[in-house]
Amino acid sequence: MLAYTVKRLVLAVPVLLGLTVIVFLIMAMIPGDPATAILGSYATPENVARLNRQLGLDRSLVEQYFIWLGNLLQGDFGRSFNLNRPVIDEVLERFSATLVLAGAALLLCSVFGLIAGVVTAVRQYGWTDKIVTFFVLIGISIPSFWLGLLMILVFAVWQRWLPASGMFAIYGGGDLPDLLRHLVLPAITLAVVATGVIARLTRAAMLEVLRQDYIRTARAKGVGETRVVCRHAFKAALVNVIPVIGVQAGFVLGGAVYIETVFQWPGIGRMLVTAISTRDLLLVQGGVLVVAASYVLFNLVTDLLQHLIDPRLRT
Amino acid sequence: MSGAQAAAGAPAPAAKRRSGRPSALSLFARNQLAAFGAGLLLVILLLVLLTPLLPLPDPAATDPVNRLLRPLAEGHLLGSDHLGRDIFSRLLWGTGVSLLVGLSATSVAAIFGSTIGILAGYFGGRADTLLMRGIDMLMAFPYILLALAIVAALGPGLLNALFAIAIVNIPFFARNIRGVTLGLANREFIDAARLSGKSNVSILLTEVLPNVLPVIVITVSTTVGWMILETAGLSFLGLGAQPPAADLGSMLGEGRKLLITAPHVSVIPGVMIFLVVMSINLLGDGIRDLLDPRLKSGALARPAPFTAVDRPVSQLAAASIQDDSVLAVEDLRTQFRIGSDVYRAVDGVSFDIQPHECLGLVGESGSGKSVTALSLLGLVATPPGRIVGGRVLLQGRDLIGLDAAGLRAIRGDQVAYIFQDPLTTLHPLFSIGDQIAEAIRCHRPLSYKEAWAAAVTLLDSVRIPNAAGRAAAYPHELSGGMRQRVSIAMALANDPTLLIADEPTTALDVTVQAQVLKLLDQLRSRSGASLLFITHDFGVVSEVCHRVAVMYAGRIVEIGPTEDVLSAPAHPYTERLIACVPRLGEPGRRLEAIAGLPPAVNHLPPGCAFAERCPHAEDACRAGEISLDGLNDRHLVRCIKPRRAAS
Ligand code: SF4
Repeated sequence: MLAYTVKRLVLAVPVLLGLTVIVFLIMAMIPGDPATAILGSYATPENVARLNRQLGLDRSLVEQYFIWLGNLLQGDFGRSFNLNRPVIDEVLERFSATLVLAGAALLLCSVFGLIAGVVTAVRQYGWTDKIVTFFVLIGISIPSFWLGLLMILVFAVWQRWLPASGMFAIYGGGDLPDLLRHLVLPAITLAVVATGVIARLTRAAMLEVLRQDYIRTARAKGVGETRVVCRHAFKAALVNVIPVIGVQAGFVLGGAVYIETVFQWPGIGRMLVTAISTRDLLLVQGGVLVVAASYVLFNLVTDLLQHLIDPRLRT
Repeated sequence: MSGAQAAAGAPAPAAKRRSGRPSALSLFARNQLAAFGAGLLLVILLLVLLTPLLPLPDPAATDPVNRLLRPLAEGHLLGSDHLGRDIFSRLLWGTGVSLLVGLSATSVAAIFGSTIGILAGYFGGRADTLLMRGIDMLMAFPYILLALAIVAALGPGLLNALFAIAIVNIPFFARNIRGVTLGLANREFIDAARLSGKSNVSILLTEVLPNVLPVIVITVSTTVGWMILETAGLSFLGLGAQPPAADLGSMLGEGRKLLITAPHVSVIPGVMIFLVVMSINLLGDGIRDLLDPRLKSGALARPAPFTAVDRPVSQLAAASIQDDSVLAVEDLRTQFRIGSDVYRAVDGVSFDIQPHECLGLVGESGSGKSVTALSLLGLVATPPGRIVGGRVLLQGRDLIGLDAAGLRAIRGDQVAYIFQDPLTTLHPLFSIGDQIAEAIRCHRPLSYKEAWAAAVTLLDSVRIPNAAGRAAAYPHELSGGMRQRVSIAMALANDPTLLIADEPTTALDVTVQAQVLKLLDQLRSRSGASLLFITHDFGVVSEVCHRVAVMYAGRIVEIGPTEDVLSAPAHPYTERLIACVPRLGEPGRRLEAIAGLPPAVNHLPPGCAFAERCPHAEDACRAGEISLDGLNDRHLVRCIKPRRAAS
């Protein structure tokens, strides 16, 4: 297992490098001349050329990439000119808020998605199945940003049960219960779509597994039906569902952009949206890189988890 | 039988609560949902197309006096927004924009993604590696994040949002289409086209494209809803449509600021996005069902833990004569109901097994022998299977109709199964020791540790070397022979009175077969269990069985002591089976040597089911029911020929 972990970590390196290449290329696509943009249109050509040299923009694209990469590796993601603050500091602070939100959502969608999937598979075509399937259908069709607004209307405006926003910073301020109160609505909203998808695929995986010969063997041994479903079938289905949860983690991380905007959550998604509108491109670049890298690492974890469950992958 | 198992059955009163409706009905329901989705989408599309013709206010006309009117206000069906613009008019125009952008993004993604997929799959090699690595890279980003990065670079705007969403969806198309193309690339018709001198381009267009088209359609149907949702999302964030242009997302985004004072301004466009996406998803599900034959057959119906029993009340009478048979099967009938067809897989089978006896049950695949064995403890999959008659007396106690707890107590305890292919019948994710320990703990109050120790002893008794160490191994780490020994150990775990072995050696190599057979025979005679041995191979029967029953088309056609049947087979079918036994130096001589196929058991002709393939068939054979009659008191046969010879 340790050897495999190391191997997977090593394999993650080219993926991470690939991410940096793509981000670099996207940023290189930006039309216009950054030096002119910085100096304004009245700048003299000599000034523009000098700034270009200072910024390294007179070099080839490949050279520029490696210089940029070298800086990244030293933790130098540049400075945000709007916030006048190192990009990496802002990004990490915002990202921790997103991690709390996305982590909570991922926990919710995994737990409820798996439960709903198993229950609907066992009660195939029964009423529970139909009701859950109906909600799953709604869940995967509903725009999460709209659902967020509805949640605010119902639970924060009309019922005043929970705060709609007011989460100003992830560090300092309120205590844990306060954080949780602020977390409930956005986390649930963020989890809805992924719950639907996971439930659907868990149901399909369970139905597939329940037809297998080894399930018949378990029944022939006299294993009780609850145990057949929860142990024999669920574990086998999990092998197929874990990669799905990995993919959903990407949707949850991405979907956080909407939810953070709707609920004023001080996370990286909202930071990105603001940064894009203000053309604070270094901030965008840093934010995208950090989130994407964390997603790669998360997928690595799901991969290891799958290996832990499925001995066939280990040999 | 496997065909029958794969499909689902008809409505089943007794099983309704657990296994429920048949797949046909549920498919119909899905089609209804799909039709509903299609209808809804059609209405929306019509409204959008007719928008320019409808007598609606200009969507951009502001009217500061009539700001934030509620829905149903005079002249404003859905009210007005913060600039006094008519929401209904804006909604229809916005829906048009959203649909157009979403569909365009889908087309772009479909064209580029499918092209990449087809090229990668068709040419393979370096091109494949290179293209798919690039695709993998794109997939390494969280979905919407990459779109954000692209919008950041291109700048906010509807067209840029369209491209961003299209690009992030390219991988879905590329991956799916590459997979199918890869499968096609080596097929004969592609080779033939190549040999005929067609150019790659024309092969791709005329041979490959038509074949991958369904997959493209399926992928479109799964992604188009998403793309509409995500482009709306970008607009909602203010990164898509820029004022005064408006799509549903930007309407929602603008209305959000007035959420508390005028919720309808943001809620209404959201309802529209929801309806559009839901109708597309419903329609997409319908399309997928149509194009994906695996779903169509209802193959995913879940088998219930116990076979449904639907037996005439008259048969519920108390057990018959109490003799000392371990097992007495009387007139057992098991059917598979698929659609309106009824397959009589087991059609009135009776036999008994005495203490310490081994009875062979022989027949071709499809003869009903496995279904008979599975019916004994209600292990036939429902749907589509159900037991419709007969009794199974285990030491005088009727097992059919026994409640779940009663049946479960017997399974694996008094009666244990050994199945054919241990690779699929052992759970791949649990160690063999764990699986045997579980079998023990189902019936005996042992701690896990004690059960594990007992499992090791059992593994030792089936001669698995280094049993203590091997107990922690997983099924895939063992050879086929070893795995079958594990199955045997598991079956013997609770000292059963009756062992049922369903083709236990068929999946094994010939040399291993003999070893496993010998082991099984030894263990059985040592434990004193009776054995029901199911096989298609008379060679094996002669080695282990005291008596043998031959099945054909769901019925026993001959039963008698092994020596009698082997030396003087009375039924022509038995004769052929015996002639098929592989002899040394003649490998490959198998059951196929009998001309013709066993009949489908849904529309059996009257009279002898074997008549079609029988060399001695005559009119009398087809005239009517032929009974199972005794040649002597131990040897019975269902054929008119030996009777005629006797008289
Ligand atoms: S009953 Fe007639 S057709 Fe059937 S096996 Fe006997 S001889 Fe052949």
